[in-house]
Amino acid sequence: MPESIVIRGGQVIDSTGEKTADVLIESGQVVEVGTKLKGDRELDASGCVVSPGLVDMHVHLREPGMEEAETIETGSRAAALGGFTAVIAMPNTEPAQDDPVIIRSVLARAADALCSVHPAGAITKGRAGLELAPMGELYSLGVRVFTDDGACVASAGVMRSALQYAQSLPGAVLAQHAEDETLATGHMHEGEWSSRLGIPGRPAEAEEIIVARDCILAAQSGTPVHFLHLSTAGSVAIVRAAKARGIPVTAEAAPHHFTLTDASCASFDPLFKVNPPLRTADDIVAVKAGLADGTIDVIASDHAPHPTETKERTFEEAPPGMLGLETALALGITELVDTGVMTLAQLLAVMAWSPASLARMPDQGVVIEKGAPANLCVIDPNLSWVLDLTKLASRSRNTPLGGRALKGKNRHTIFRGEAVVIDGQAVR
Amino acid sequence: MMKSLLSIDDLDRSGIIEICDLAESFLTVTHRDIPKVPALRGKTVASVFYEESTRTRLSFETAAKRLSADVMTMNMSSSSVKKGESLRDTVQTIEAMGVDAMVIRHSGAGAPNRVATWVDLSIVNAGDGRHEHPTQALLDVYTARRHLGADLSGARIAIVGDIRRSRVARSTTKAFAQLGAKVTLVAPPTMLPDSLVGWPVVASSDFDSVLPEVDLVYLLRIQHEREDSLAFPSLREYTERYGLTRDRADRLRPEVLIMHPGPMNRGVEIAPEVAESDASVITEQVENGVAVRMAVLYHLLGSGAAVA
Repeated sequence: MPESIVIRGGQVIDSTGEKTADVLIESGQVVEVGTKLKGDRELDASGCVVSPGLVDMHVHLREPGMEEAETIETGSRAAALGGFTAVIAMPNTEPAQDDPVIIRSVLARAADALCSVHPAGAITKGRAGLELAPMGELYSLGVRVFTDDGACVASAGVMRSALQYAQSLPGAVLAQHAEDETLATGHMHEGEWSSRLGIPGRPAEAEEIIVARDCILAAQSGTPVHFLHLSTAGSVAIVRAAKARGIPVTAEAAPHHFTLTDASCASFDPLFKVNPPLRTADDIVAVKAGLADGTIDVIASDHAPHPTETKERTFEEAPPGMLGLETALALGITELVDTGVMTLAQLLAVMAWSPASLARMPDQGVVIEKGAPANLCVIDPNLSWVLDLTKLASRSRNTPLGGRALKGKNRHTIFRGEAVVIDGQAVR
Repeated sequence: MMKSLLSIDDLDRSGIIEICDLAESFLTVTHRDIPKVPALRGKTVASVFYEESTRTRLSFETAAKRLSADVMTMNMSSSSVKKGESLRDTVQTIEAMGVDAMVIRHSGAGAPNRVATWVDLSIVNAGDGRHEHPTQALLDVYTARRHLGADLSGARIAIVGDIRRSRVARSTTKAFAQLGAKVTLVAPPTMLPDSLVGWPVVASSDFDSVLPEVDLVYLLRIQHEREDSLAFPSLREYTERYGLTRDRADRLRPEVLIMHPGPMNRGVEIAPEVAESDASVITEQVENGVAVRMAVLYHLLGSGAAVA
């Protein structure tokens, strides 16, 4: 008999509601939810929440090609520690995930990872925005999310063609990094702070123009479009209006876009450099409102590791991106739940079952009941902690949140029935 | 005591005036037969220019030498930077050689701010991207005060040119405003800052209406070699609308002062005859630049004792 695990005394929350119960896991499945259950191994969940494992639709694992920043092994460990049981690995690897060979290799490298790793497929060859990648072949390997992330599919013609082609791939989603590259030529949000600091800007309209354009193309093709890291008030308004008209669009927000503003860039520290850039306080209000009213469907971290030396440059020379996997949940609790924007159950919806459904992962985000695949996390929503960069599991250290006081932390993670994180420690 | 000069914001009104007063005494030094004082003897100043510059680098190096400091000149275009060394490694290497101050010019905004977090020595910003050029601002204020009087409050100043991309404008505007001057930025809308929140100025795109009312016209160099050609259609059109032509110069107040940070594009932002006119103090700015940079280096590195 394989070892059974009982998660003892937690508040079980899933898409059907919440109750206090023990959860018994065996052979990769939930076998019972009830009281006074017995198992070979006990995981204490008193004062904690038991949820379907979190799903991060937007991470950069950097393998293949940039293993000095992150690998599938280190990134998936960071994910498991953050409470995630599945991630989508963005295709801006080197070479890009635009070919069945690369997808197969990522899947093979991820076979023993501490969470489920789903490579996203590129929309265009080499993410160059010119010719369609073999989307059908990638689809046959299980790819459902296609994106050129890191780059915008700039040409309306190419995007329309990709959306039309994807009509023949049921369940496929095209995810857009919405920034018009003729406008987004700079390095931070264009506005008061960029003007003061003399750092060339990336204006809000660079994002909003592509969001508006792709809402029109989604309506025309019927193929769902997912907007990655929505960051401006205008974008939120456009997506809200499109959804009201029944257009098949969804959106995500990254934790840094509801936590930090462009004023942070006054330090000239490239740890604050991300694409799309940190916006204004008004944009944060709009992103939070979008999350609260369902305009924004999911939170995704845009975990973007970079080696320390690449951030030891000037703001303009450093690459964009910051870590997210090990802080996403805490920022959600600190910035959204504690501030009354949403309940913890609503936060779990946008971090677990909504992204699982959006990214077509049938074994993730499911109701915690007998027979369910055992992909779970146990969260202590009240734990106050301080981010210590030396303790990160990620191979990189590029987050500006070091030393910051946070609330809420993942305690245990169960992936395919195995306790891969116990009391905040990864088992391997 | 102030350690570094990264931004003109590091100095308040009295700090700016203090530097100007110090510069005044150093200006007399530069007029001596032997224009040199031992104020910084034994100190080493490294001049670290990541971006091409002749006048600013020479001005700083002259200033340091006239204070008897040793000067280390790093030629970044032929150094390990070309071999891919990071900014942090480079400046820490220079620090390890035992320098007291680093004068840094870089094409990236905030480079001196970054460097100041990595090394424990005085940093002087000699121009960083589009961000700031604080010693230019100080020499501009110093020059203006010598002509318009020590009290600039109420002085009307027009700064004309590509404000959006100008580090000079970002520093000089604040320095003039600190001393109470009323600054008007004049440029086509594509060359004005995207946002003027926090800028102590008003803006106009109509040079001709601003022209007759100002005490000082400050012209910025038009960077026509930039790839970014969308800011204006042609040099001819720029000159027609924003150049200080002879015709426009004739409509200025008689006691007006004309300034330019150099190098000039004669015939573009300024007519050659106007640059040579009595109203122009452009050459004097260069001369004052050495004295002001002596004052800055002395302020940062000096013992605090009175200048000889």
